[in-house]
Amino acid sequence: MISPLSRQLVSRARESRLTWPLLALLALLVANVIATPTFFNVRFQNGHLYGSLIDILKNGAPTLLIALGMTLVIATRGIDLSVGAVVAIAGAVACSSIATADDPSSPAAALVGMALALGLCAVLGLWNGFLVAVLGIQPIIATLVLMTAGRGIAMLITDGQIITVNNDSYARVGAGFWLLPVAILISMSVFVVVGLVTRRTALGMLIESVGINPEASRLAGVRSRTIIWTVYVFAAVCAGIAGLMISSNVRAADANNAGLWIEMDAILAVVIGGTSLAGGRYSLTGTLIGALIIQTLTTTVYTAGVAPEVTLVFKAVVVIAVCLLQSAKARAALGRLSRRSRSRPAAVTSRPAACARPGRDGAAERPEDPTAVPTQKASHS
Amino acid sequence: MTTLTPTGSPRAARAAARGRALVPPRLLPVIATFALFLLTFGTGAIRYDGFASGQVVANLFIDNAFLIVLAVGMTFVILTGGIDLSVGAMLALSTMVAASALQAGWPAPLVIAAVLLMGSVFGLLMGAVIHHFEIQPFIVTLAGMFLARGLCFVISVESISIRDATFRSIATSVIELPGGITITYGVLVALAVVAVAAYVLHLTRFGRTVYAIGGSESSARLMGLSVGWVKVGVYAVNGFCSALAGLLFSFYMLSGYGLHAVGMELDAIAAVVIGGTLLAGGVGYVFGSLVGVLLLGTIHTMISFEGTLSSWWTKIVIGVLLLVFIVMQRMILGRQT
Repeated sequence: MISPLSRQLVSRARESRLTWPLLALLALLVANVIATPTFFNVRFQNGHLYGSLIDILKNGAPTLLIALGMTLVIATRGIDLSVGAVVAIAGAVACSSIATADDPSSPAAALVGMALALGLCAVLGLWNGFLVAVLGIQPIIATLVLMTAGRGIAMLITDGQIITVNNDSYARVGAGFWLLPVAILISMSVFVVVGLVTRRTALGMLIESVGINPEASRLAGVRSRTIIWTVYVFAAVCAGIAGLMISSNVRAADANNAGLWIEMDAILAVVIGGTSLAGGRYSLTGTLIGALIIQTLTTTVYTAGVAPEVTLVFKAVVVIAVCLLQSAKARAALGRLSRRSRSRPAAVTSRPAACARPGRDGAAERPEDPTAVPTQKASHS
Repeated sequence: MTTLTPTGSPRAARAAARGRALVPPRLLPVIATFALFLLTFGTGAIRYDGFASGQVVANLFIDNAFLIVLAVGMTFVILTGGIDLSVGAMLALSTMVAASALQAGWPAPLVIAAVLLMGSVFGLLMGAVIHHFEIQPFIVTLAGMFLARGLCFVISVESISIRDATFRSIATSVIELPGGITITYGVLVALAVVAVAAYVLHLTRFGRTVYAIGGSESSARLMGLSVGWVKVGVYAVNGFCSALAGLLFSFYMLSGYGLHAVGMELDAIAAVVIGGTLLAGGVGYVFGSLVGVLLLGTIHTMISFEGTLSSWWTKIVIGVLLLVFIVMQRMILGRQT
């Protein structure tokens, strides 16, 4: 006998897009605990917290930040490939500004450097937003421009060198501690603020409406252009903060390697978190889980003693698995299999994929099409 | 765009009519790219001694043979409105598999066949996942990219050099053209790929379906075209092309390495876009992609001739070129759609 409450919980869990990512994260964590029983231990030492979980959060902080910006961009049916280049530019600007300041170790130099970097990032975001919102260029190519040119610009700023800085205030952004690593605090506060701003006001709904149908939302009075512009600026500023974190953690700006492929990780985090690349509904919590999955996976591979380069294989497997589990068609196929084995009518429970996507049911309804094509062919011939 | 039609259409129609008098408007981007290529090359010829020699042109083909093949494969995918991010990684995996198989003593022809088969199957699988599970090509091929790069490092983290006699002789032998110009066999392969691709795209059912899907997938399906087969097919074609490019690259470098061709998928996409193919699909020519690759190659050559310019200028120039072409395409074609 299953109580109605638990049945309701199960059906809600089946409908939620967060279930599979959450299960994947839990599975990864459990695998880690089995491999290293001390995995969950968190020590308190010198006023700081230490432990594997803290490491995961800290190392995942830049990816999470960028993924948060990316979530909003993707929700407007866009994509931002340039964030990795923006990461490199932010680090390059901050470090070269600090290195050339009158007193390279003063907090003022660090503040000026960071303000300059973030200001430039906002300008780069404006540029992306201009290409997408005003010129109407496809986001993927519009940001490809900055992705290609951006790393060149970063190298131009650093003159192709790795600029090292010795500024304690600057180092605090990426490597500092305030009970928890500062990087975690920054990324978590951005997460909370974005969550509050988009979910407690109408902004989140407006972003989703632009993603679902830009034209209709414009006609309904939504300033879609301003919203698109805002999300690209936000994504670039997030990438800028992440760039400061990465470069301050190593106290150096490496225009070639800072943030290399981080845009791919961020997009993966968003997609694993259940936000569709087709725009519309987005989930910030999903993105958080996605970023944690990616970072936990990387940490797991490191602790398992596999060559770090091989992480990519596991990443690919997890991505494909999670995407397949979220795909309406794959779930329908799974549903058919389980229905066949249990042979009971499960019309309601086999629909979660369709229910989870209001407004885009067309995609879920399409399975009939392939069968329709041959019959049409037959009638033509 | 639909709301613009009442005011925009007469002007667009007149512009189109004016364009039709000279050349079809859809050829304009390719012609613009070709003109820019000539202009860039001409600038180089005026600025630097020895730039305008036949051998420099031949070197453009020799140094970019693999990129030409990649761009041709990418053109197929982009024409259907898809994208493939895995080609650079697939190229690296092909060099790695070829190098390690040769090291293990496999005969060269078998290695070549195996690599090409592997690439095609890899592409086929990605295409199948994209089509049957309706997952975005961007994500599937991104996963493919991670998988292929990761597999390179599973084979070996170090670079493996190729010592096989057949591979070395193919790599080092050259063909003499009149005028003392020499080219490699890789160039012939690349040009053959361009010719075959142009034939397939324009004169076969498969190719016409590729264009139809890019124009409108649902219309293509309603016309009774085998949309699924072709959509999966283009990824298989692209997988084959990236494996072939990997073989050309291993002739070029005579080694297999997991870090070969990092980011080359972006070069390939840039070449295709600069060559006038719309990323939305349906419009574009392999010849344009060829010219796009040559244009990128000319910029590399000019920067190396200049000597004092740093390599990062290449990236900036490519970025600017991309921008110019995208904005131009937007102006020429954007109004009509």
